Amino acid sequence: MTTEVTSPRAKRNLLPRIAFGGVAGPLIGLVLLCIAFSFASQYFLSIRNALNVLDQVTVLGILAIGMTMVIIIGGIDLSVGSVLALSMMSMGWLERMAGLPLPLAMVLGVLTGAACGLVSGCLITFARLPAFIATLAIMSVARGLANLLTDGRQIVGYPDWFTNLATVRHLGFFSVTVTVFVVLMIVAGIFLRYRATGRNLFAIGGNPEVARLAGIDVRRYTILTYVVSGALAGVAAVTLAARLDSSQPSAGLGIELDTIAAVVIGGASLVGGVGSIAGTLIGVLIIGVLRNGLNLVGVSPFFQMVVIGAVIALAVTFDTMSRERK
Amino acid sequence: MSAHLAEASPGRPAETAGLSVRGISKSFGPIRVLEDVSLDIRPGECLAILGENGAGKSTLSSIIAGVLAPSGGTMTWCGEAYAPRSPAEALSAGIGLIHQEMRLLPELSIAENVFVGRLPMSGGRIDRRQMIQRAEAQLKRLGLDVPATTLVGRLRVAAQQQVEIAKALTLEAKLLIFDEPTAALGGDETDRLFEQIDRLKAEGVSSVYISHRLEEIARIADRVAVLRDGRLVAVHDTASVPVRQLVEEMVGRSVDRLFPDLDPPSDRVVLEATGLTSSEGAFQDIDFTVRAGEILGIAGIVGAGRTELVRAIAGVDPLASGRITVAGEPLRLKSPRDAFDAGIVMVPEDRKGQGLLLKQTIEDNIALGNFDLVGRGGWVMPAQTRRFAEGAIASMGVKGRPEQRAGRLSGGNQQKVVIAKWLARAPKLFIMDEPTRGVDVGARAQIYDAIAALARSGMAVVVVSSDLDEVIGLSHRVMVLSRGRNRGIIERRDVSHVAIMERATT
Repeated sequence: MTTEVTSPRAKRNLLPRIAFGGVAGPLIGLVLLCIAFSFASQYFLSIRNALNVLDQVTVLGILAIGMTMVIIIGGIDLSVGSVLALSMMSMGWLERMAGLPLPLAMVLGVLTGAACGLVSGCLITFARLPAFIATLAIMSVARGLANLLTDGRQIVGYPDWFTNLATVRHLGFFSVTVTVFVVLMIVAGIFLRYRATGRNLFAIGGNPEVARLAGIDVRRYTILTYVVSGALAGVAAVTLAARLDSSQPSAGLGIELDTIAAVVIGGASLVGGVGSIAGTLIGVLIIGVLRNGLNLVGVSPFFQMVVIGAVIALAVTFDTMSRERK
Repeated sequence: MSAHLAEASPGRPAETAGLSVRGISKSFGPIRVLEDVSLDIRPGECLAILGENGAGKSTLSSIIAGVLAPSGGTMTWCGEAYAPRSPAEALSAGIGLIHQEMRLLPELSIAENVFVGRLPMSGGRIDRRQMIQRAEAQLKRLGLDVPATTLVGRLRVAAQQQVEIAKALTLEAKLLIFDEPTAALGGDETDRLFEQIDRLKAEGVSSVYISHRLEEIARIADRVAVLRDGRLVAVHDTASVPVRQLVEEMVGRSVDRLFPDLDPPSDRVVLEATGLTSSEGAFQDIDFTVRAGEILGIAGIVGAGRTELVRAIAGVDPLASGRITVAGEPLRLKSPRDAFDAGIVMVPEDRKGQGLLLKQTIEDNIALGNFDLVGRGGWVMPAQTRRFAEGAIASMGVKGRPEQRAGRLSGGNQQKVVIAKWLARAPKLFIMDEPTRGVDVGARAQIYDAIAALARSGMAVVVVSSDLDEVIGLSHRVMVLSRGRNRGIIERRDVSHVAIMERATT
């Protein structure tokens, strides 16, 4: 291999970088899963199926980006599933009932999500509610509002150009929604790693008082993090609406737990201060590959839940054990 | 005393033997932390165990209290072989450990904390009356006048410690191990603790006393044992050993001096504070100045308002009124950011809770709050961070690599990281709140040197400390606070323990 000529210095830098955020373990897990499914199903190992997996994880992945940031600052956002539904219904309602052009409705849908995040963030910082409680409350409120808008009915039939965003693979490769997901991942990864603001989020999660004494406006960053998480739930809502060609008030039911699972499988700590986008991506792919592979092999959806639960427990156990050994 | 307690006592032989420790060793993997330690603790005596961080004091006390099992060696207690497999076993044999950090349940009452795990039962229900009576009997024995039904979370740290002691005493402890008991206590509270230890001594209870504060040793201990690198290096049959000799035994080399020489300060006033009053009532109407190159010590007992004062100057807590100017410029402080933009930085009192991110690396800690210096336009590149951290580490002589986790460093090195972090900002005023708390003697001298060097480089320095020797040895002038007021500023040539304590207790 050519890497053997690298200087000792570069080697020394590379190791902790890979180990950082506990990405090595989940990555090995993902590779093992892929190998196992390649043997179990003749359809698994193909570009077509890989693109399928990406399509299937787009919504989860976009939500997981926001959740990663929230978990890094030591918070939790239980409302993302309901906020997704509310954003989706707002978009549909604005287009159908209020007669706004769809592009504008899309933007307002995303802003609806951001507004929900703003409320969560203010409840957490100003009313000093624990994040768990604040977002639990918003989870209920947003789901209620999503149903109220159309009295629980779905909105069906969007223009072709809109559904094409999710279905047409450009250059035979990425659809627009998958491209959005990938770009957001890259942007978030760069932000958390190379931007001062991103680094500050780790400090807040590590110890908010230390962060405050170091001159960081902890409240502002906390609110902004929940706003970003809400806005990303809005983006996820638009991509899901495009894929389903409809807006449904029951969309995203329980997806907040999958999202948290993906982030935690990716090595983030619920205590805060630890996590990475690379890890989250791997966590999202592990869940996506599991679902896809188990489907191909013909395992029932009920049993899939059992397997996913076991994987979460296993992944976090390995992570905890490797941390202790260090 | 209740019937239950009376039953427990006669089984034990008369206190003749105490505890003897013979050839105790302990290794963690390949690392030997204790090597062939033999010690006797006689009935009714207080034995002080001294040593730097990592010398093995806490390991030894953990072994005696059943928290850790030794790798080799034996112990006898009251004439019988003693090898506790758990703290509970040690406690029922009569040996209790009073932790440095309280291990109490804040949402439960004193009585419940005292009896947790062994609640007195009657007829299948908890016998609350008996529990409260017995807990109060022990509190009274310690001279603590609070109802046993008080929630522990409502008590001050000092009182919480007494609950720990009461807990051990209800089990008829005959040997109490105090691991840095005064780290969180003020002068009054320390005195009271010493009185209690004396009283228990008179009742035949032995104690092992572990502390960094050498000046306490002569007051409380009957004998002194010194550990260094896991070995017992000296046992003195009297506690009146010169501090300098103890320090030399602890660090294993001769210490010429603990405190550096100070250069005279300049005449240029850096900080001028007038009429500072806390919005929470912690201090009122405080005036003082600090000049460039000057170290101003702030002394006072716990609760005098020292920490609150410096926190307000650092922009952490709000001021109700008063005026602060830095180099002639009046300041309006609304956040720590405002303070350090004006050139005021602070090394906080609670290093682990306020100064350092323990789970993150040294470089992350040093870069935190300095991202404007590390990169441009909000970009922070790992290579730049590394270079920035390496520079700061070298300037303070931190023993550690940038990528090491801060929580793994010794107290002294952690403190150096906190100081190093602010150096690159070239601050005008450097505030240090308890700069050597939990730092061992060897590293202390280095931190004193570093503080003196800051002053020499032209910064104004404010040092808050509960350690009188430290304030006296390190300051050009000492301001004494008591009950939130400035009781006078003492010049270096006039400063003494007496001069400070007179003012501190008014």
